[in-house]
Amino acid sequence: MSSRRIFARPARFAAIAPYVWMVLFFLVPFGFVLKISLSQTAIAQPPYEPVFDLTAGWDALKAAFAALSVDNFKLLGSDDIYVFAYVRSLNVAVTATTLLLLIGYPIAYGMARLPKRWQGIAMVLVIVPFWTSFLIRIYAWINILQHDGLLNQVLLALHLVSQPVVWLSTDTAMYIGIVYSYLPFMILPLYATLAKMEPALEEAASDLGAPPWQVFWLVTFPLSLPGVGAGVLLCFIPIVGEFVIPDLLAGSNSLMIGQTLWLEFFTNKDWPVASAAAIVLLVVLLVPLLLYERLQKRQLEQGR
Amino acid sequence: MQKVSRLSRFNIASLALGLAFLYLPILILVLYSFNASRLVTVWGGWSLRWYHEFFNDRAMIEAAWMSLRVAVASATIATLLGTLAAVALSRGERFRGRTLFSGMLYAPLVMPEVITGLSLLLLFVALNAERGFWTVTIAHTTLTMCFVAVVVQSRLGSLDRSLEEAAMDLGCDPVGAFIAVTLPLIAPAIVAGWMLAFTLSLDDLVIASFTTGPGSATLPIRIYSEVRLGVKPEINAICTLVIALIAVVIVIASLASKLSSSQGESAAPL
Repeated sequence: MSSRRIFARPARFAAIAPYVWMVLFFLVPFGFVLKISLSQTAIAQPPYEPVFDLTAGWDALKAAFAALSVDNFKLLGSDDIYVFAYVRSLNVAVTATTLLLLIGYPIAYGMARLPKRWQGIAMVLVIVPFWTSFLIRIYAWINILQHDGLLNQVLLALHLVSQPVVWLSTDTAMYIGIVYSYLPFMILPLYATLAKMEPALEEAASDLGAPPWQVFWLVTFPLSLPGVGAGVLLCFIPIVGEFVIPDLLAGSNSLMIGQTLWLEFFTNKDWPVASAAAIVLLVVLLVPLLLYERLQKRQLEQGR
Repeated sequence: MQKVSRLSRFNIASLALGLAFLYLPILILVLYSFNASRLVTVWGGWSLRWYHEFFNDRAMIEAAWMSLRVAVASATIATLLGTLAAVALSRGERFRGRTLFSGMLYAPLVMPEVITGLSLLLLFVALNAERGFWTVTIAHTTLTMCFVAVVVQSRLGSLDRSLEEAAMDLGCDPVGAFIAVTLPLIAPAIVAGWMLAFTLSLDDLVIASFTTGPGSATLPIRIYSEVRLGVKPEINAICTLVIALIAVVIVIASLASKLSSSQGESAAPL
């Protein structure tokens, strides 16, 4: 038996503790979300009718199954507020991810073309804002975008506008916030693929007479598609469920699904509807989530 | 010479603009935390007034203390569990339930926080657990151990496995070989993983909001409720302190990863 295989046996035992932890605190909780999404709203503490009670025996279980209701899901499908919230979330996520790709790509491309010793520094510079608090970065933008904030002061001083522009509580502010917060997530996977690319391929294309835009479009971009995919998924999935950025920067007249869920849960105390909203969100994100997982697994397990 | 000529003017402009976009807002925030004026946008000279105000704000200090304790506790547990998970995934070959295991580890990396937060809260309510320090710590551990696992796993993947095999050929048992050879080599990644877990925990608002109980707000929860009411210079001061703390953490983490990358390519795949 090879020493590699002997090594594998105790390594497998290492999985036990994290496995149990993740089943208990990641998988099982989804069961509770599903269960509560199927139960009736009640004015109580906790605010729902319990559905399963395993201690009560078989008959109780049968009764419980009879009591399961899909009313919460029907509500989600019939009430415009929720339908609009899902549509808006997907809309915002698509728009923001497109913006991120358009802004992130040139930056990643520039990084990949830096001399080798500068690339490491550039990468650290892009990662550092990711480490500083998310909330703080949004707050920084409130400072800038508010009525008498820096942006309006600069615009007024340059005589570009005659009176302060309303930035806060608009979709523009929200998109600025999202792009600002997620930019490192877009740049890093793009940079990773662009940096590995063989420069000779681009040189060959231009030696053979292709103009720069054609070199980019026919050689560079197609080869960077794995990075594009990773960056797009890494941004798109969390943006769909985003809560803090739209809450602090966008107006309150149209909500994203993360905000609706938060509202149902904390303000209306309607846990079953909030749970149903979470289940629907999860179903919407299932395909991109699975795609992302496969990508991540391939990257980590087959070596890069 | 040829390398430099590959860098077009367009490349330089997009890099410069991109970095300015990333850093200017934070610099402005830090600058205004030293502003003597109450109006956030009028410069009234240098002052430490808002720092003074923060240190006299009991509720804020308590929230900061709570956040620090949760961050240290959850980062430590997450590092332990995440490292074990990384070892199992990169050295365990095939085992039963492996697909589910890796799925559970990668999904939280991108899962919207409202879902993770809600589901954990429902679990804690069902278990009748008292919500506070421990529930937030468990929630943060669940999220951050996945990040630790990814960082450590990418380091393990880039290691030369013949080193472990050589140790075993020389008579080490697997556990001995792991402790004597593998562990020192992945130590920088483990340190970096701890730092990442620490800052993620310190940063989190959504999951903490769901899983904490009355009377034990974390710093982001307090900041959030203040920010909703508008911009306050005191918040700028608190944010600057958090940024300073995280800057220290980054310096340590980057020193650790420099040690790590000097033995091979290993960038955190985030």
